[in-house]
Amino acid sequence: MSFSRLFFLLTSLFFINTLWATTIVVCETCEIKSIKEAISLAADFDTILIKRGTYREFNLLVNKPLTLKGEGFPTIDGEDKGEIIRVVSDNVTIDGFFIINVGTSYTSDHAAIRMVRCKNFLIQNVVLERLFFGIYIEKSSYGKIYHNKIIGDAKDEYNSGNGIQLWYSNHVEVEKNIVQGVRDGIYLEFSDNIAIKDNSSTNNLRYGLHFMFSNDDIYTNNVFQNNGAGVAVMFSKRIEMRNNTFRENWGTASYGMLLKEINDAEIVDNVFEENTIGINIEGSNRIVYRGNDFRNNGWAIKVLGACYSNTFTQNNFLYNSFDISYNSRLNDNVFDQNYWSDYTGYDLDKNGIGDVPYRPVKLFSYIVNRTPETIVLLRSLFMDIIDFSEKVSPVFTPDNLFDANPLMKRHQ
Amino acid sequence: MLKILKYSFYDLMRSRWSYVYFLFYLALGFVLLFLNSDLSKAVITLMNIIIVLVPLIGTIFGVMYFYNSKEFTELLLAQPIKRSSIFMGQYLGVGFSLTLSLLLGLGIPFVIYGLFRSNAVFDFTLLLVNGAFLTMIFTALSFNIALSNENRIKGFGYAILVWLCLAVIYDGLFLMSLIVFEEYPLDTFSLIATLLNPIDLSRTLILLKLDISALLGYTGAVFKNFFGTDQGLMISLFALMLWTLLPIWRLVFKAKRKDF
Repeated sequence: MSFSRLFFLLTSLFFINTLWATTIVVCETCEIKSIKEAISLAADFDTILIKRGTYREFNLLVNKPLTLKGEGFPTIDGEDKGEIIRVVSDNVTIDGFFIINVGTSYTSDHAAIRMVRCKNFLIQNVVLERLFFGIYIEKSSYGKIYHNKIIGDAKDEYNSGNGIQLWYSNHVEVEKNIVQGVRDGIYLEFSDNIAIKDNSSTNNLRYGLHFMFSNDDIYTNNVFQNNGAGVAVMFSKRIEMRNNTFRENWGTASYGMLLKEINDAEIVDNVFEENTIGINIEGSNRIVYRGNDFRNNGWAIKVLGACYSNTFTQNNFLYNSFDISYNSRLNDNVFDQNYWSDYTGYDLDKNGIGDVPYRPVKLFSYIVNRTPETIVLLRSLFMDIIDFSEKVSPVFTPDNLFDANPLMKRHQ
Repeated sequence: MLKILKYSFYDLMRSRWSYVYFLFYLALGFVLLFLNSDLSKAVITLMNIIIVLVPLIGTIFGVMYFYNSKEFTELLLAQPIKRSSIFMGQYLGVGFSLTLSLLLGLGIPFVIYGLFRSNAVFDFTLLLVNGAFLTMIFTALSFNIALSNENRIKGFGYAILVWLCLAVIYDGLFLMSLIVFEEYPLDTFSLIATLLNPIDLSRTLILLKLDISALLGYTGAVFKNFFGTDQGLMISLFALMLWTLLPIWRLVFKAKRKDF
């Protein structure tokens, strides 16, 4: 963990510096009444303490290492005029503000807080409302976004921004944030080594969490609920996804997780519950799916084209309308020791593993893939009959796609 | 007519088969809810059973009753009673007693498990309405078949065939045509094809009311726009009504002209 050690070293250096630093107080009745004035007066490593009140300010430029601390959640009202805080210096902390009314611009992506080429930043306890973009991290590194709340009121995808956006940034921790009602809850583009932990991303128009061209990232213990799609992971490598919950991403084009061109990822111990499609996989290779729970989804896993060397082990597939959907007869993926609630085999030697292999792809799901209109025959007796006959002797579905060791009891 | 209806109805209510039918649904309802006390899930499972079993039982029961009460019918025909009254009375007697078994058999367990406190009341009502319609439709069809065939074996055969056609073969042909003509826009076609078969129509109506509709994707959206609206519901209920009335009309028409 060289990163954390480095971080520790830098923060301790920073604290040594603050020993000589002074505190500038800003309030409505003080000598200094605006944050802008305070910033221009402050020296490096000073603390600006902003007392409770409403400050109608925008385009605040923080160009030196400062700590901006709010006391009693002071409101910074941008009055829809533009960007609110722009940081262009290293070692900046922003703590405890209520920021509202970020201006909307389609050419310059106004954000409530924007970090440009910064290192060692910390943004915490900030509440954002009526925003365009929330926290925008641009070409910055070694920072932390902790315990913020972003509440948007986005109506359409084309004129709304993202909650937390990281662009060409690395080594950033995003932890314990609540993001709702924006376009993408958390968006990563060209950002590597990012850790996303314990966040809740709900009711967003597009994705709860969105990766683009970002590698070596990890996200754990997050909740993605009722978004257009829970998480979209696209064109990225070595992403680790653990203990997340994907829930109620329900609609005609909704997914719990969308994987597109993803290689060498790990998807472990997640819960997918009541999504139209649990995981939609396109062109993704060498991914490990282990210990996930798929409950009451329309499709638990939908595989579209060119997915090789993926392994599915010890997952629970519980009461999904379709467990697996495949659009080709080729299969290079391994299914082993999963629990399937639809499994009807037996276990004579009582070793907990069914003696008859389970075929998760139903003929009906194959037909639906080919001609989507046929879904109107869902739950018709005819479909049950042909599914049964296909189960007995597979003709259309990939004949090597089966779980040879289906579990008899749920994997814990 | 009412007197004959009453007579048929009480006759059937006293018969063993009504009890068996009633107890079957009662047991089914309780077992389902015992295994899974989520009412809306139970409604889905129940739908699968209802759209297959209700028509089958309606068909077989109708044919059986008609042939069994043939002597009695002939006796009645000798009396100064209108023919339409005799047959309508018998038909409605069978139809109502089957419907009653269904409603009570499924209604009691669901009410005990707190139907009125859950949000599945509407779905469940729709399910029962569909079940009632299917019973009436298939009883009417079976009476028609029995009336047209003196030979009991033939009559039974045709009745089963009609059930098989509507429950299974129709869907097969529907599926085949969807796949063969997959290059063409099929939404209107599948809408009409669904409307034309009472079993498919009931299945679609219930599926769309349940959350499962999001699974249906684009086609589902088209269906939802049609069946989901009040107008669509009216049209589908009208289609079910038509399915009930046409066989009844033919039954009365044939019965008037038949030489016993």
